[in-house]
Amino acid sequence: MNVLNKLHDPALGRKMVGRVRELAARAAERLGRPVLLMEVCGTHTMAVSRTGLRGVLAGLLELRSGPGCPVCVTAARDIEYMIALARIPGVTVATFGDMVRVPGGQSSLERERARGAGVSIIYSPADAVELARQNPDREVVFLGVGFETTAPLAALSISHAAELGLGNFSVYSVHKSVPPVLRALLELGDVRVDGFLLPGHVSAVTGSRAFAFIGEEFGIPAVVAGFTPVDILDAIHMLLEQVLAQNARTYNAYRWVVRDEGNPEAQQVMEKYFYPGDAYWRGFGLIPGSGLFLSDTFARFDAGRKFALKVPAVADPAGCRCGDLLRGIITPADCAMFGRRCTPAGPVGPCMVSSEGACAAYYHYGATC
Amino acid sequence: MNKDKEEIILLAHGDGGLLTRELVNNIFLRHFDNPLLRPLADAAVLPAQTGRMAFTADAFVVDPVFFPGGDIGKLAVCGTVNDLAVSGARPRHITASFIIEEGFALAALEKIAASMAAACAEAGVTVVAGDTKVVPRGHVDKIFISTAGVGMIPDNLGLGCHRLRPGDAVLVNGSLGNHGLTILSARENLGLEGGLQSDCAPLNGIIRQLLDKCSGIKIMRDLTRGGLATAAKEIAEAGGIDIYLQEALLPVDAAARGGAEMLGLDPLYLANEGKFLAIVDPTEAALVVEILQRHPFGRDARVIGEVRAGKGNVYMETALGGTRIIDYLAGNPLPRIC
Repeated sequence: MNVLNKLHDPALGRKMVGRVRELAARAAERLGRPVLLMEVCGTHTMAVSRTGLRGVLAGLLELRSGPGCPVCVTAARDIEYMIALARIPGVTVATFGDMVRVPGGQSSLERERARGAGVSIIYSPADAVELARQNPDREVVFLGVGFETTAPLAALSISHAAELGLGNFSVYSVHKSVPPVLRALLELGDVRVDGFLLPGHVSAVTGSRAFAFIGEEFGIPAVVAGFTPVDILDAIHMLLEQVLAQNARTYNAYRWVVRDEGNPEAQQVMEKYFYPGDAYWRGFGLIPGSGLFLSDTFARFDAGRKFALKVPAVADPAGCRCGDLLRGIITPADCAMFGRRCTPAGPVGPCMVSSEGACAAYYHYGATC
Repeated sequence: MNKDKEEIILLAHGDGGLLTRELVNNIFLRHFDNPLLRPLADAAVLPAQTGRMAFTADAFVVDPVFFPGGDIGKLAVCGTVNDLAVSGARPRHITASFIIEEGFALAALEKIAASMAAACAEAGVTVVAGDTKVVPRGHVDKIFISTAGVGMIPDNLGLGCHRLRPGDAVLVNGSLGNHGLTILSARENLGLEGGLQSDCAPLNGIIRQLLDKCSGIKIMRDLTRGGLATAAKEIAEAGGIDIYLQEALLPVDAAARGGAEMLGLDPLYLANEGKFLAIVDPTEAALVVEILQRHPFGRDARVIGEVRAGKGNVYMETALGGTRIIDYLAGNPLPRIC
């Protein structure tokens, strides 16, 4: 059996569920309430729902979703800007699929596309460069939505476009950095979690060390986790051991992918192409140093500077509680619109749209799963 | 081939004049030839039948037109035949209308017609009528095919959701998601490896064997757009029962699993073109599996779940012992997979 099969092995998974339940029961007894862990990453949210793990651990341990879905945390004003870009004649916005259905103030990229705007769904930033190369008469704007995982790829696409001498390619960067939002969440203090399940892919770039402050400054255990059922159970197990031992360290349970220091090459690329600036997050507002903006050297590839559009400020949709959800204050079922006015077919907020959104996960797989 | 000399479809091929006639004779009639089509009259004249007839319509816009495991022509025949077969009918005749973009290569059209003819032969159906339209460049993308099909339903056969009872076994005839992933990989040049190819195949042969030998087949559904999840949900709602699927039993071969995992797609929702779901009396489940597994299109057939009393929900019992809901697909659609 190879490693990947092992990580999906149902027998091993069930054995680990037994051990996790046992530890969770002890921890819950000590706390006098169910253990509350936050999974930061949207991919974890999906994986946890898909495996039915929430239901298996119900009553002993709650897994609460955090601000780890890049589409969901994108601020309403940035969505509006993207829609305005798509409306410019001669512009094609190139985006990952999830983004097209996110509602803006009045419209969405999907609606703009149906009315004739240039909106192209791509699978990698490299596809956007190719699109620009093949369509020299159009301005191609890649919508850079993502965390440390996608930012280096966007940087490489700019490097590639520069090599090709493309003047019709730019990036609208709303890339964001995960450690600052976790710091903001902890400083807000409106949810007190017993531990963090840290994002495996982001940590592969930043290194697990970037999250050491969670234990050191806030006294909360954190573990970097992979994405298979066995990976996730292993990380939860490590968190529970810390809860029981009243320990608060950042550990790495995804050692075959994540190094303590992260990926230096990816970090260098990011440093060269981006600078950290203050960015708006849905649910949080402005978070200092949390945005990855294109550095002056690459200003000509910066769609924000190239088009310099003025878009009116837009509020989050009325009644939408995506912001509270992203701060970990509520679960999807706590939102009055969940499953009623807000469904995947007619989403009100981004958390119901994105394949990594908590509302979409709870809707698809059942609110108790 | 020299691009300038390549023979292509011109607007005149669709004007009803000489070139149209030439196209019909040289490509369509040559490949589809049969006594019912041969008169090339305004309508095919078929002998009247007694009993019940199934009649279906379908349209095919797959992009790319050629893909590993098939092409739009094979897909058009198999898709039409399979709709009839899962309805319990024995497919007899189909029609095929072609909407072609000006500039489409004649050689490609010929290849599509040949693969339709091969699929017709395999399924035992004939093309008895058709139409050809050519539209200016950019008005359609390469070629679209629209079909209709008729088949006869045996007198003693009664399929339907009303027959579903708690305890009935839910079966599928093999690996899920291969067609959808193949199309996505081919279209976006994703280079997914591991021998991934479309499962496109006519299912009337394997279904006929089942219906001939088993009386406990209660309902069947082909698993095209929306995949197994959508079909199961539709059946559960129509029958007013719940369906419980076992995650550990679902057949997803290594190629499909690898591709789906990489792209973050759920094989349960991906399209198939040679897969069907059958719900059967539990006493016949073992026999059905045995018959299916003896057929080339059913080697990986297996029981994947059961019917329980309920209100139209589909549940998945996960490998970790959890239970989750399976609902209709919403959002994240893969356009133009068939």
